[in-house]
Amino acid sequence: MFDNQHVVIAGMNLQIDSGEFLAVLGPSGSGKSTLLRMIARLAEPDSGTIRTEPNGDRFQTAYVFQDAHLLPWRNVLDNAALPLELMGKSRIERNEKARRALEQVGLLAALDRYPAQLSGGMRMRVSLARALVTEPRLLLLDEPFAALDEITRFHLDVQLRELWQRRGMTVIFVTHSVSEAAFLANRAVVMGRSGGAIKLDRILELPSIRNNELRSDPRLGQEMRLLLGAIEE
Amino acid sequence: MKKTLLPPLIPFVLLTLIAEFLVRQGFVRPYLVPAPSAVLRAMIDSRVELVHALLSTSAGSLAGFAMSALTGIAIAVLLSTSRGVQRAFYPYAIFFQTVPLIAIAPLLVIWFGFGIQTVIASAFVASVFPVIANTLSGILSTDPPLRDLFRLYGASPLVTLFKLRLPAAMPQVFTGLRVSAGLAVIGAIVGEFIAGGGLSSVVDIARTQQRIDKVFAAVLLASLLGLGLFGLINLLSYLTLRRWHASEQTQ
Repeated sequence: MFDNQHVVIAGMNLQIDSGEFLAVLGPSGSGKSTLLRMIARLAEPDSGTIRTEPNGDRFQTAYVFQDAHLLPWRNVLDNAALPLELMGKSRIERNEKARRALEQVGLLAALDRYPAQLSGGMRMRVSLARALVTEPRLLLLDEPFAALDEITRFHLDVQLRELWQRRGMTVIFVTHSVSEAAFLANRAVVMGRSGGAIKLDRILELPSIRNNELRSDPRLGQEMRLLLGAIEE
Repeated sequence: MKKTLLPPLIPFVLLTLIAEFLVRQGFVRPYLVPAPSAVLRAMIDSRVELVHALLSTSAGSLAGFAMSALTGIAIAVLLSTSRGVQRAFYPYAIFFQTVPLIAIAPLLVIWFGFGIQTVIASAFVASVFPVIANTLSGILSTDPPLRDLFRLYGASPLVTLFKLRLPAAMPQVFTGLRVSAGLAVIGAIVGEFIAGGGLSSVVDIARTQQRIDKVFAAVLLASLLGLGLFGLINLLSYLTLRRWHASEQTQ
């Protein structure tokens, strides 16, 4: 993948199994976002292939950006229903599914509010609901909570992990936060500074239930040390 | 409301009082600058004529402005379809910005005759460019992640235009319309000077009759017309954007 004549990703070989929660870590410019965009088919690789099996339709993929990126002229319900609207679903179906998605992120009380009236954390949750509304098999997140304060982020981390467990979808989570990667993921991949090289690919040895108690658990600290070591290498 | 009306009223009242004083004391000759009281008297005395003229100028301005709004947005949408189209046609859109209106006004008379059509055409030529430029810039600056989102769910270019690009461009569209509103009145007045009718005719006739007070009365009404149109756009902008755009949020 070329970006301004600069090789962003080359010679990368990564297999992700269905149902995984994978965190992709790496410094800025390591091609994390490009990888995500290519998986979502928003960018085409100049050479090489990206294969998804089973070869389902692309609406089974959802994408969450670094900021919420809501439509400011639509209320919370209509923002969450947007993907279904673009896919041509009826109003009754979209409203029902959007309501359900918003319920999962705890926003049923804010259906009629507009993005300008929401806090940063609430906006991000609407963004998450918008991604979940199509019941995707694959959820791609590009540093989604980076702009939020730590307490809100902790809260959303737990919520995301619960959603993953309930839904059984595949999650690829791009981040530059070592603690977030270790806390959330089952498997972590560390990318090198020069694109494409995978410096570490590790199944994290942590309990499957992740809550705030885990944040001070020495096992989490151990995993973080390993990830950090691979980044600094 | 009190807070928005009061501050601009203070300089108005002050300037009026100073002008009245200067004219009455003979510092300024009344055939160059009339006393505000004389302007007011001219307004009252010629109210029927002035109201008719104002209505005529308003009709020309509004019609030209409406045309600018509709065609301006349409042209911007067409220009936004591809970079090639933009390169080929945008320079011609700039023509509307740079053409000296007063120089082509006689042409407009030849094409559209003496009457309101020429006034409308003149108002249109004067006011269409800001709508094109601002709408285009708004459409082109759509948030890239949102464009990705629409692509991800298979939205067609047309759906993306109506559900994302145009609504997202609304703040810029209104910026264009605000500039355009004032220009439409100027365009209408210029058109009237060549084609006849409206407030321009009042100014023209009063000038030959040495009725400087009436000239001022007509000019004042023309400015108020521009101000009114501007206010109307502000109101529309507020009603459209109040729920979502930072510039219309009440502090």
